[in-house]
Amino acid sequence: MEDAWIKFGQTVICGILLGGMYSLIAIGMTLIMGVMKIINLAHGALVMVGMYVVYICATNYGIDPYIGMFIAMPVLFFLGCLIQKYMINRLVEVDSILPENQVLLTVGIMLVLTEGIRLFFKSDYRSVVTSYSSDTIYIGAMSISVPLVIGFIIAMAFTFLLHMFLTKSDLGKSIRATSQDRDAAIFMGVNSSKITMITFGLGAALAAAGGSLLLPLFYLFPDVGHLFTAKSFIITILGGLGSTWGAAIGGLVIGLSESLGATYISMGYKDVVGLVMFILVLLFLPGGIRSLVKR
Amino acid sequence: MGILEARGITKRFGGLTAVNDLSFKVDKGEIFGIIGPNGSGKTTVFNMISRFFPITAGEIYFNDKRIDALPAHEICKIGIGRTFQVVKPLRRMTVQENVMAGAFLRTSNINKARNKAAEIIKFCNLDGYRSRVAKGLPIPLRKRLEIARALATEPELLLLDETCAGLNPKESEAAIDLIRRIRDTGVTIIIIEHIMKVMMGISDRILAINFGKEIAMGKPQEVANHPEVIKAYLGEAYA
Amino acid sequence: MLNKNTLMTIVFVLVAVALPVIIKAPYQQHILILVIIWATIGTAWNLLSGYAGQVSFGHAAFFGVGAYSAGLLTLHYGLSPWWGLALGPVMAMLIALPIGAIAFRLRGPYFALATLALGEIFRLMFLNATGFTNGAKGILIMPAITSKIVYYYIGLGMLAATLLVTYLIVHSKIGYYLVSIREDQDAATSLGIPTTFYKNLALLPSALFTGLAGAFYMNYVTFIDPDIVFNLTDISIMVILVVMLGGVATTWGPTIGAALYIIMGELFRTTLGPANVLVFGILVCLIIMFLPNGIAGELDVIKRITQRKKAGLSGGV
Repeated sequence: MEDAWIKFGQTVICGILLGGMYSLIAIGMTLIMGVMKIINLAHGALVMVGMYVVYICATNYGIDPYIGMFIAMPVLFFLGCLIQKYMINRLVEVDSILPENQVLLTVGIMLVLTEGIRLFFKSDYRSVVTSYSSDTIYIGAMSISVPLVIGFIIAMAFTFLLHMFLTKSDLGKSIRATSQDRDAAIFMGVNSSKITMITFGLGAALAAAGGSLLLPLFYLFPDVGHLFTAKSFIITILGGLGSTWGAAIGGLVIGLSESLGATYISMGYKDVVGLVMFILVLLFLPGGIRSLVKR
Repeated sequence: MGILEARGITKRFGGLTAVNDLSFKVDKGEIFGIIGPNGSGKTTVFNMISRFFPITAGEIYFNDKRIDALPAHEICKIGIGRTFQVVKPLRRMTVQENVMAGAFLRTSNINKARNKAAEIIKFCNLDGYRSRVAKGLPIPLRKRLEIARALATEPELLLLDETCAGLNPKESEAAIDLIRRIRDTGVTIIIIEHIMKVMMGISDRILAINFGKEIAMGKPQEVANHPEVIKAYLGEAYA
Repeated sequence: MLNKNTLMTIVFVLVAVALPVIIKAPYQQHILILVIIWATIGTAWNLLSGYAGQVSFGHAAFFGVGAYSAGLLTLHYGLSPWWGLALGPVMAMLIALPIGAIAFRLRGPYFALATLALGEIFRLMFLNATGFTNGAKGILIMPAITSKIVYYYIGLGMLAATLLVTYLIVHSKIGYYLVSIREDQDAATSLGIPTTFYKNLALLPSALFTGLAGAFYMNYVTFIDPDIVFNLTDISIMVILVVMLGGVATTWGPTIGAALYIIMGELFRTTLGPANVLVFGILVCLIIMFLPNGIAGELDVIKRITQRKKAGLSGGV
């Protein structure tokens, strides 16, 4: 009986810690979706690229992954800005039969990023091992992996900093304004194309941050991006498009349900849980968690 | 003989009451105008009749049958056509194809639909634009296309929403002429307008509303001189 | 009297029928068969997504169900997988009904995401139901026929049927209604069009022919597993790209796109080696950025400008 409780507690805690890191990635996506109103199917690929940057730093230069993260973030920020400015931005004026053109462009970008990485690193599964990778800490009889805890703490710190940035800084407020009403923001003097570019860069940087934190816990290979794209979508829609704290909570929910699903149903079906939740949210709560609170 | 009757219709959006306990009756063959300042609920009334969304309270009768619970696409089938305030052309289809889309309500035969569309296009003076893609049309023609398309569904009652908005006086004249000719074929018309002059010219009766409630109803002269109406339009007088 | 379009169609048909007699090398015949399979999926997808504007990101569900219908008949009942050509389309339509019931309540990008999720759910279901489907191990069958020419003609018949049915639907009242729904769903409703009914009317043949292509695939390739036939990027998303390449909402666009995709893909694969998918990805980006209506679509725009010709429903061939 004791064991069942330990198992449950461990599952819940691990789920929440993992979810905290998922949140970071999803917040990046929801920012992009809120400001640009596009579905970014390349988001997971950005996470993946960030992870490879950290991997390179760790393997070739011996830099600790948690430091490498601070290298990956600016790299991805820059990459994100480039992608937005020179590629996605072009499509804003184009009118074609399929309005989903922008989405498909992100698919193309995803392909380029994924295949580009595969060219250099092959499809081999890689991982970064540090001195503390397999350490665990104990809470009562429950064992929790150290990278999970560190990752969660850093993720929460970033989420808090981001919240401060969005609410207190001029740039942050400009981003929120553009997200809520682009035209009104323009009339207020916000340079919307600059903001759009910065937001995409910021979203990419957050993706890199989340990926870096998850690196000790996942195998790294070029296609791992797909996994993160799917997860961030579910979390974003769950939390409500454009809502950063909605994505934060959504991340925890998804992390938790994945963990519960893996422990109590099976490894294989844990992804199905997320997808089913996704569809239910799309159907019955299209505004996400955020709309629940607004009422 | 009343073709359309609204009894105590109300529409609430969350905390906002857009239409408040409105009642009116439209007679067959007349041109019935609904006028009011911006945001007074005029288009909402149309949306209620055409079942764009469910109504919060009240009843709507068309030819003595209740219609306020019908699925949206049934409304056109039973004989009520409408245009939209912000025109909704089927952009990548040509003028002819747009009107055919309407004509297909009453026939499944392509040739019959094509012929009907040709008839209507001629009636609406759009003949020279038949093969033009709707996307490229200027606003006055788009508005006329919207009317033509609705006419192709052979309505008994036609709801026209701000047909003259954004038109210059000459274009307005043409629009008014078209509306009169439509009425002359036996179609009853309810028309929403901003512009007093247009309304005065063509309506048989006018309902003036503000904040979703009736402020005056009757012959155009009576309504135009009604103190409440003048108050609502403070400063606007005749456009 | 024979107009230009009919004449061109007849020429194409004659060429298509004569091709395997001219092109005898098995490898090249294999390429042709792949083109046929993709042209079928693309044409089917195009009906729902190009003409009716309901852009599906989950068509692999229909393909996979079609393929598995054929494979499971052999695996569990020892029947010839060719029976799958009858069962596959039926099963695909059966799953299309609940998929439509769920997804059609949503519009635009939300519809796309829902179909994506539903497609993935099917993949995971078939992956995990190992008792029934063999899971990741997949299904391997013994090929009944060794001559590629037979497969080619069966496949050609399949493509012809798909093209014909699509053409008939598009050039009928249904076609007008589908495009109306695509262009403005609310305006369509105001014209008396029951939009959900017609969306399903587009979905069912779309699913049917995609399922047929899946069943055919099982018979031809003889090995399938969930990650191949239910694949999100390689099938669901690829079909979108293929049709975009060739021209959305045109009769021949998907076929042209399929030919380009397969032939280019093979060319890249043989000349560029491991970098081929990367180059493909770059090409995709370039096409979307500069040729958003696909090759057939852009050609038509050029045609319309230079000839001031009357635009068709789809603006295409």
